[in-house]
Amino acid sequence: MTGIANIWELASRNMRQSGIVVAFVAIVALFSLLNPTFLSPGNITNIVLQYSYILILAIGMVIVIIGGHIDLSVGSLVALTGSVAAVLVIKGGQPWWVGVIAALVVGLLAGVWQGFWVAYVGIPAFIVTLAGMLLFRGLTWIVLESISLSPFGGPYYQIANGFQNGLLGGMGFDVFTLLIFAFGVVGFAVLQWRSRLAKLRYQQAVEALPFFVAKIVLVAAVVMWFAWQLAHSRGLPNVLILLAILIIAYSLITQRSVFGRHVYAIGGNLHAAQLSGVKVKKVNFWIFVNMGFLAAVAGVVYSARMNGAQPSAGEMFELDAIAACFIGGAAVTGGVGRVTGAIVGGLIMAVMSNGMQLMGVDQSVQQVVKGLVLLLAVAFDVYNKKRASTAR
Amino acid sequence: MTQPILEMREITKAFPGVKALQQVSLTVAAGEIHAICGENGAGKSTLMKVLSGVYPHGSYDGEIVLDGESVAFGSINDSEARGIVIIHQELALIPHLSVAENIFLGNERRGPLGLVDWNRANSEAAELLAQVGLHENPTTPISALGVGKQQLIEIAKALSKNVRILILDEPTAALNDNDSEHLLHLLRTLQERGITSIIISHKLNEVEEIAERTTIIRDGRTIETIDMSETGATQERIIRGMVGRDLSHRFPERDHAIGDEVFRVENWTVHHPTQTGRIVVDDASLSVRAGEVVGIAGLMGAGRTELAMSIFGRSYGRDVSGQAYMHGRPVSTASVPEAIRHGIAYATEDRKVYGLNLIQDVRKNISAAGLRQLSSRGWVNGNEELEVAEKYRADLNIKAPSVLSVVGQLSGGNQQKVVLSKWIYTDPDVLILDEPTRGIDVGAKYEIYTIINRMVAAGKAVIVISSELPELLGICDRIYTLAFGRITGEVPIAEATQENLMHLMTTEKELVS
Repeated sequence: MTGIANIWELASRNMRQSGIVVAFVAIVALFSLLNPTFLSPGNITNIVLQYSYILILAIGMVIVIIGGHIDLSVGSLVALTGSVAAVLVIKGGQPWWVGVIAALVVGLLAGVWQGFWVAYVGIPAFIVTLAGMLLFRGLTWIVLESISLSPFGGPYYQIANGFQNGLLGGMGFDVFTLLIFAFGVVGFAVLQWRSRLAKLRYQQAVEALPFFVAKIVLVAAVVMWFAWQLAHSRGLPNVLILLAILIIAYSLITQRSVFGRHVYAIGGNLHAAQLSGVKVKKVNFWIFVNMGFLAAVAGVVYSARMNGAQPSAGEMFELDAIAACFIGGAAVTGGVGRVTGAIVGGLIMAVMSNGMQLMGVDQSVQQVVKGLVLLLAVAFDVYNKKRASTAR
Repeated sequence: MTQPILEMREITKAFPGVKALQQVSLTVAAGEIHAICGENGAGKSTLMKVLSGVYPHGSYDGEIVLDGESVAFGSINDSEARGIVIIHQELALIPHLSVAENIFLGNERRGPLGLVDWNRANSEAAELLAQVGLHENPTTPISALGVGKQQLIEIAKALSKNVRILILDEPTAALNDNDSEHLLHLLRTLQERGITSIIISHKLNEVEEIAERTTIIRDGRTIETIDMSETGATQERIIRGMVGRDLSHRFPERDHAIGDEVFRVENWTVHHPTQTGRIVVDDASLSVRAGEVVGIAGLMGAGRTELAMSIFGRSYGRDVSGQAYMHGRPVSTASVPEAIRHGIAYATEDRKVYGLNLIQDVRKNISAAGLRQLSSRGWVNGNEELEVAEKYRADLNIKAPSVLSVVGQLSGGNQQKVVLSKWIYTDPDVLILDEPTRGIDVGAKYEIYTIINRMVAAGKAVIVISSELPELLGICDRIYTLAFGRITGEVPIAEATQENLMHLMTTEKELVS
């Protein structure tokens, strides 16, 4: 197999993924042309911070969707977990970490609750999480006694608003940030190289060496440029570190773990999965426990970023997270999707919101555009699938 | 030959990268029953889709001549308007709607104001049901009827559209012998009323029995049209045309080296999952030895699949009682993972619904049941997985562009090989194969039999459930017959004939009723 043919095969196989990356690059290019400040260091930092909690939710949501379910309750759960932390930290005067742990525990319990109904009682997730959406929202009001609480201040506030800067000194830019990213890039290159060697050892097809090197160099250049921008601004946002850890961990879980395989198997064909020895109930249960956990993480990040908790926090977050997954190539019927896809899908929405805000586009028009993008992304996906199925 | 009602001339249909049909011609005489035979993927269904307008005029080359005039169908509605109705292999009935609603779906009987006239619809439906020999109330929901009756309702639906040419794609594939017989009889009755039938079938004995002429298609080309009244128009001749080679041996030879008992169930009783008190499998006991192929013969509804699935991790039924033994030791098979761990594998009769993740690739389907061997501490070794998949692709001759190809795009025979790979990789001691050759072509069947032989040669035990008695007679060492949930006989292959098996398969009737 020649290198070029191989590239094409890879590209067409990953069309769902690469199509969306191309769209993302095009949107970024468009906005940077329309507005010079779009790619400024300050704004890039802003995009990451503004949308981080949706991205965290999207990671959990894409696993839910691959498993053939849906979760409508995550917005309410963000509010509930954030408010529990707020009550403990702001009202109760507890240290910041007590708030964080309490929020995570509440998220896990909520996940256990929903997972129980979906997996062991067999109620469709749509119904269970619709109920959860009302339930958790109501509990939020009860916990907060229907009033907002603020400010957190201190370390809790820093979770979402703090930066790692100046740890290694700076000369107009943050050395630490650059080093972290450089480590990341080298790590990426090493992993790619090792996987290439392993593939060769198992006699699998790989792309030709020049393509391989070009790919690594391109990725490295883009990432280091991004790091440079951050280093020139306020440094490395804490949230970005958290996000990077979550993305790497969950990419591995979905692609490489037995649990991840089982999620894909259940979403692809429930009966076949069952008859292949997959413990369907157990897997479904943990899908929702995990979603509850990540909703709590998002709840902490969101409340920290808002520096407080409001009864109406997190409204419509579930829809943004779901949209991110579908824009990122997840299938409505389950069995298809990727964490990286959901992240890119979320970033597309983030970049569009931010870009339109910079241009002073009206909120109403922004909604219209977002709606159309979601529709067109899925339409593109359906069109692709049809083409693939008639191509034989 | 009488006047041709239909001529398809030099039909060529190409998909991107593949020529599905190349100058295929078909001439059907008015009032005849015409069979089309060919291996899976030969182009039979594509040809029928061209005829019925699923592929509209302009998307293919060639000409369709109906009643002596050239026609151009833009859609399935155009062809139905001219009396051409196709009944697909997968029945297109809506389970929750009534018989009458299904018959007139899209063709509703309207009264004043354009509202549906249910009285008229139901009475006309009753008339149509009588014509196809079905005694059912038109208001019965489809889901309450068996596959055989559903097939007849499809025909009633066709009759409601004033059908002149009826196309049936594998009409008897899912039917038992009685229902098949009834259906073939019905086709003859329709023939007397002047309805022409085109029947696509893999069941060559049926073709031999019913068809006046048979057209053979291979690799997208017409091979020949045989007049079935000629001498020498035998199944062997059709097979020769279909595969392009002489398949004098439809079943591969094997040495019969039978060892110790591997697996046994005793007093196995299974209750229906929803209807309380109904016993689906009644006190069944059976055993299988190393190197042995044991057949289970039974009519549809005898409890064959129910027996197998209940053994395999209680995947069917409730209140399952009885004991399973592996190598003489009692084992529990209460869950699928447990059954797999004890060395039992079950390849389902319905691979699309129960066997495969059709949107996933070959590799991940093969590893689906054996991930335990590919993983340590919950992490899958992706490279080893690829290697395993490649090994089975080569070993079982799975024709796929790559192990990363999506399984849904493979032909039935290759999908079945993926299912077998999945189970062979779990390294079972006993392999239960439920209808392993259903809906796959002659060439692939032979390959499946070869795989079974290799399994038993390696000392495994194989249980084959099949509706096709010749198949069981061809590959088994011993055959159990199952009737109405009971094991009614155990026949060594030397004594087994189609007649005595069929007798045992129907014998318990009086006892139960």
